[in-house]
Amino acid sequence: MLEIKQDATNFACRVVDLKKEYVLKSETVRALRGVSFDVPEGDYVAIMGPSGSGKSTLLNMLGCLDQPTSGSLWLGGDDVATMNDNQLATIRSQRIGFVFQSYNLIQQLTVVENIQVPLFYQGRSLTREQNKRTVELAKMVGLGQRLDHRPTQLSGGQQQRVAIARSLVNNPYFILADEPTGNLDSRTSEEILQLFERLNVEGKTIILVTHEDEVSKRAKRVVRLKDGRLQWDKTNTQEVRDAAAQYAIDNMPVEV
Amino acid sequence: MNLLLGTIQLSIKSLWLHPLRSLLTVLGIFIGVASVIWLLAISKGIGDEAVRQVESLGADTIMIRTVKPPSEKLSSTGLTPYGLMRDEYDMLVATVPTIKSALPIREMRRQFQFKDRKLDGRLVGCTPEYAEVTHLDLAAGHFITDTENSALDTHCVLAAKVAEKLFPYEDPLGQRIYLPENKNYYLVVGVLKPKGSTAAIGGSMAAQDFSYDVYIPIKTLQNRIGDTVMSIRPGSREGEVIELNQITLRVFDVANVKQTAELVKAALNSHDRMEDIAVVVPLELLEQVRTTQWMFWIFTVMIASISLLVGGIGIMNIMLATVTERTREIGIRRALGAKRFHIITQFLAETSVLSLAGGITGILFGLLCGPTVNLARLIANTFWTDQMKELPQVVQTLQPSIVPESIVGAFAVSIIVGLIFGIYPAIRAAKMSPIEALRHE
Repeated sequence: MLEIKQDATNFACRVVDLKKEYVLKSETVRALRGVSFDVPEGDYVAIMGPSGSGKSTLLNMLGCLDQPTSGSLWLGGDDVATMNDNQLATIRSQRIGFVFQSYNLIQQLTVVENIQVPLFYQGRSLTREQNKRTVELAKMVGLGQRLDHRPTQLSGGQQQRVAIARSLVNNPYFILADEPTGNLDSRTSEEILQLFERLNVEGKTIILVTHEDEVSKRAKRVVRLKDGRLQWDKTNTQEVRDAAAQYAIDNMPVEV
Repeated sequence: MNLLLGTIQLSIKSLWLHPLRSLLTVLGIFIGVASVIWLLAISKGIGDEAVRQVESLGADTIMIRTVKPPSEKLSSTGLTPYGLMRDEYDMLVATVPTIKSALPIREMRRQFQFKDRKLDGRLVGCTPEYAEVTHLDLAAGHFITDTENSALDTHCVLAAKVAEKLFPYEDPLGQRIYLPENKNYYLVVGVLKPKGSTAAIGGSMAAQDFSYDVYIPIKTLQNRIGDTVMSIRPGSREGEVIELNQITLRVFDVANVKQTAELVKAALNSHDRMEDIAVVVPLELLEQVRTTQWMFWIFTVMIASISLLVGGIGIMNIMLATVTERTREIGIRRALGAKRFHIITQFLAETSVLSLAGGITGILFGLLCGPTVNLARLIANTFWTDQMKELPQVVQTLQPSIVPESIVGAFAVSIIVGLIFGIYPAIRAAKMSPIEALRHE
C-alpha cells in the first residue's frame, strides 16, 4: 500500500484506507469507511464535513486518541494503527500538537507550566534550552508579559494562544487543531488564523478541523468528508486564500 | 526524579484549588492519627500509674490483713477479739521457710495534738523494716529503730502532712506530740518526705494514704495502748480488740510468692476462723493490672482504627468527587501524552499528600499530649477547684506517656489508608477513555 510518491517530500502523516466501526448495542456504526490521504511536511490542511461525516472520528485517529478498526496511519516511519495505549501516549507527547476548540488549559497551572505539559510527560527532566524555549514560545504568541498568569486570568484568545504555544513545545510532526476559532469572536479568530498562517510559513504542518468555509479557505488544501468517505481533496489557490483573508479583515466589526 | 517532584508539586497545586475541602479531608486523618497517639498515651499513663501503685506494695510481698468479720459472727455482748494474733505472727515466722522478713503492723485512728493544734490521723505501730517495705523516705531525723522498739521508747516519726499541720512554724524534731485519747506524749525523732498513696485493692484494702500517719514502735503501742480500742462518741460506744492489723511478709524469691501465699493461707485457716483475715498478693494484682491494661490497649487501638478508617473513607469520597470533577483535566493530560500510569500517580500523589499532611500534623499534635493535659489540668484546677477535687485520683495526677510505637504505627497506617483509599479513584481516573474525558463538561 505504501509507496513513496516523491523522494524529495517527507510526510507529516499518511492516512491509508482508514476504517473505524463502532458497535452500539447490536448495531454497527461505520464511522470511517476507508479514507486515504497524505499530509506532506509544511502543508496546511483543513478537514471539513457535515456532522456525521466521520470528521470527529478522523480527528481522534489523527490525534492518536483512538485505534482504527483497519487501515494504517503513518506518523514518520511508524504505523500508529497497531500501537497500544501506552505507545500512543508516547506518540502524542512527542509527535502531535493539539489545539482544541475550548482551549483545554489546565486551571491550576501557569502559562509557562501549561506550555510545558507535553514535555513533562516525555519523562525527562526539562533542560535549560527547553525552559528557554517555553518562554520564547510564550513571547512568540504574544504572552511574554503573562508567564505566571493562570488560565482564568486570560481572555479566550489569549488562552488559545497559550494552547498554540503548548502545541509547538514538543516540535510535533503536525499541529492538530479542532475548531480552534469556534469559541472566539471574529477579531480574535482572525488573530489566531494569522498566527497559524505565520507558523505555516515558518514550515509547521497544520491540520485544522472546521465546519466554516471561511476558515477552510485560509488553508492550502481542503479535505472534505461525507458519510465516512473522502468526498473531495482540493488545493486552494493563493488567490482564494488571499481573498478569504481580505474578506475577513473587511468584515471585521468596527470598534466603536 | 523530575516526574516525582513534578507530580508532588502538581498535587499540592491541585489540592490548593479547594483549600477548605482539602483541609477537611486532612482533618479526618489528623484526628485519626492524633487520637491514636493520645488515647494510647493516656491509657499508658493510667496503666503505668496503676502498675506503679501496685509495684509500690512490692512484688515480693504478701499482705495478710485483719478485716472486720460479719456482725452476726461477733457476739452481741462484750467485745470479741478477732483478726491476726501475735501467736500467728510468731508461728508464720517460725514455720514458713521462704519468708525473708515479716512485718507486724497495728494501726488505729487517733487524734494528735501539739499546743492547741489538733489533727486526726492514723497511729501506726510498726517495726524498723516498715520504712523500707513501704518505701518511706526520711526528710529529717531517723525512723524507729530496733533499740527504741525493744526499749518501749515513746518516740514517734511523723508523716509529711502531720508535721506540716502540727508544726507550721516550729522544727518538729525534739518536740512532743500529745495523744489526748491515751494521755500520752511522744517525742518526734523523724519526719518523712511526702508520699503518694498506694493502690486501692478490692474490698480488702482501701487505698492507703500515708500523709496523716504517725509511726511509733509496735511494742510501745502494745504496752501503752493495748489491743482494745474504744471510741466513744455521743450516743454510742464502739470498741474493737485486735492484736495485729496487718502482717507484711517478704519472700526471698519472687518466684515463690504464690506458693508461699497458699502455704500462709493454709496455715492461718487451719483453725476455725470467722472470715476475719484477707490475704493480698500484689504480684497477682500486678498481673491483673497488666491484663486489664492490655485489654484497654486493644480497645483503644480499635477506636483509633475506626477513626482512621473514617478518615480514609473521607479521602476516598473526596478523591472520587475530584476525579469526576476533573475528568476534563484527565482528558487533556491524556491527549497531551500522559500514560495511564501518570494519571494513577498523579491522583495517588494527591491522596498521599493529604494523608501525609494529616499524619504529620496528627503526630505533632499527638506529641503535645502531655503539655496539653497539664495545661487543661492547670486551667481546670484554677477555675473549677472544687469539682476537680472530687475527681478520682487517677484523673488528677494523670501523666500521659507517649508510646513511641504508636507514632510509627499511626504514621504508617495513615499512609497505607491514603494509598488504599486513593487507589480506586486513581484507577477510575486512569481507565477513562481520553476521548470521553475530553468531551466531559
